Amino acid sequence: MREQQHLLEVSNLNGWYGESHVLHGMTFNVGAGEIVTLLGRNGAGKTTTLRAIMGVVRKRRGAITYKGSDIISLPQHKVPWLGIGYVPEERGIFATLNVLENLMLPPVTQSGGMGIDDIYQLFPNLRGRDQTPGTRLSGGEQQMLAIARILRTGADFILLDEPTEGLAPVIVEEIAASLQVLKQRGLTIVLVEQNLRFAASIADRHYVVEQGVVVDEIANEVLPASMDRLNSYLGV
Amino acid sequence: MTEIFGVPFAVLLGQLLLGLINGSFYALLSLGLAIIFGMLNVINFAHGAFYMLGGFAALVAFNTLGIGYWPSLIVAPLAVGLIGVVVEKLLLRHLYKMDHLYSLLLTFGVALMLEGLFRHLFGSAGKPYPLPEALSGGINLGFMFLPAYRAWVIVASLGVCLVTWYAIERTRLGAYLRAATENPSLVQAFGINVPVMLTLTYAFCVGLAGFAGALAAPLYQVSPGMGSNLIIIVFAVVVIGGMGSIIGAVVTGLSLGLIEGLTKVFVPSASAIAVFLVMVAVLLLRPSGLFGRER
Ligand SMILES: Nc1ncnc2c1ncn2[C@@H]1O[C@H](COP(=O)(O)OP(=O)(O)O)[C@@H](O)[C@H]1O
Ligand SMILES: [Mg+2]
Repeated sequence: MREQQHLLEVSNLNGWYGESHVLHGMTFNVGAGEIVTLLGRNGAGKTTTLRAIMGVVRKRRGAITYKGSDIISLPQHKVPWLGIGYVPEERGIFATLNVLENLMLPPVTQSGGMGIDDIYQLFPNLRGRDQTPGTRLSGGEQQMLAIARILRTGADFILLDEPTEGLAPVIVEEIAASLQVLKQRGLTIVLVEQNLRFAASIADRHYVVEQGVVVDEIANEVLPASMDRLNSYLGV
Repeated sequence: MTEIFGVPFAVLLGQLLLGLINGSFYALLSLGLAIIFGMLNVINFAHGAFYMLGGFAALVAFNTLGIGYWPSLIVAPLAVGLIGVVVEKLLLRHLYKMDHLYSLLLTFGVALMLEGLFRHLFGSAGKPYPLPEALSGGINLGFMFLPAYRAWVIVASLGVCLVTWYAIERTRLGAYLRAATENPSLVQAFGINVPVMLTLTYAFCVGLAGFAGALAAPLYQVSPGMGSNLIIIVFAVVVIGGMGSIIGAVVTGLSLGLIEGLTKVFVPSASAIAVFLVMVAVLLLRPSGLFGRER
């Protein structure tokens, strides 16, 4: 018997884009309420891992279990209804939808989602922008919107792909602060991140990904002591 | 009697009215084509055949089942929409990932088969469909006589176009559709069953064509070729308005009907090509159409 049931367990996950084999046996787990990062160089397969969990990447082998049940065999559109929310790397704000429509787009999949007022409190920049076309927002605001619309759905397990990519330091701090709030609310987050300082400021554990496999696991407490090891993985 | 450039005012208005009626059909059909192109990335050459099916659905319902005009305005689009579901699920769906050309050829083939089938079953000649009792009269506007059925055709098509536009631009369901047009994979990752949505969109749009066919039945005769005569112009309308633009399709449909009407009055010999001249001019000046966005 396993001593502890994880919220998400990924084991020996392989994934393909067409003929191109990208994930070569990813194994990791995420406990309820944890923030866990996937670190690794560009092209290591972090985004693909998140896509494979969501079922966006369909060609997969291995096991992905959420709350103890297999989700690889689920049709793609059923996965979010388990309370899993996805904030993609490219943010995915719709140009033909205004800010309010973007915010309201993902269906509410579970109770306990954030109300509009809470969302505006968390991301004051979004307030009063309802009628603005989604892609007219700045990059940072689009990232906030991409996170906000998932928080509204009631998802309590969130896959967050490089939320700070290309953003100014002040905005990064705002996003870090918002993730702290989410953590206090008990949400579980898988975070893909290049910004180590940002990752260290909020995460509990880190997995290092190289060429489609997890090669190391580092607890956040020992991260400062493991910087040399990490830098050699990331090639900084 | 007042004249404009030597043309009696009443004749001018009469042609404008005809133009507006043609334009209403252009609008209804090009609206569906534009949505199908925007959402499914399919150039639906079968649209004219579905229009024809709508006409025949009304005719057959009337002649064999005793279903009158008004219920057939609902029955015909439903029947056509159902056939649309079958075509999408059985055939079209498998071609989304391929070049436009494949679905264009497929729908062209479907159109030819449907047209051929109906020629075989009903012959090529047009079949009359009686005017509904309630709309058989007309209104004397003082300067011209307005047949009630023609007025109804304009009101009904514009009403349907307006409701469709509202549903797509202002409702939640419409937001799903617009979002899925941009990024279907992400919409699916939010928990929406996009394939089902595509099927229903196709069914709805060919249902609109069926509605147009039923609406046309009392006005023109019902014949297997009624759709193929119209569809070429409707494609020109979609190209002029901008592929995938809903408002563009409706506004362009009506305007081109009017332009055609005007050409009939002033340069009768050019009326058959007026639409295509406009298309050439628009494509030269704005290749993505009047309302289209650059891709
Ligand atoms: N849509 C795609 N089609 C084919 N190959 C892809 C696609 N997306 C990513 N890849 C390849 O898969 C590998 C992993 O990419 P990705 O998961 O995006 O890496 P990361 O997010 O860690 O930077 C890379 O080699 C990349 O080139
Ligand atoms: Mg990535």
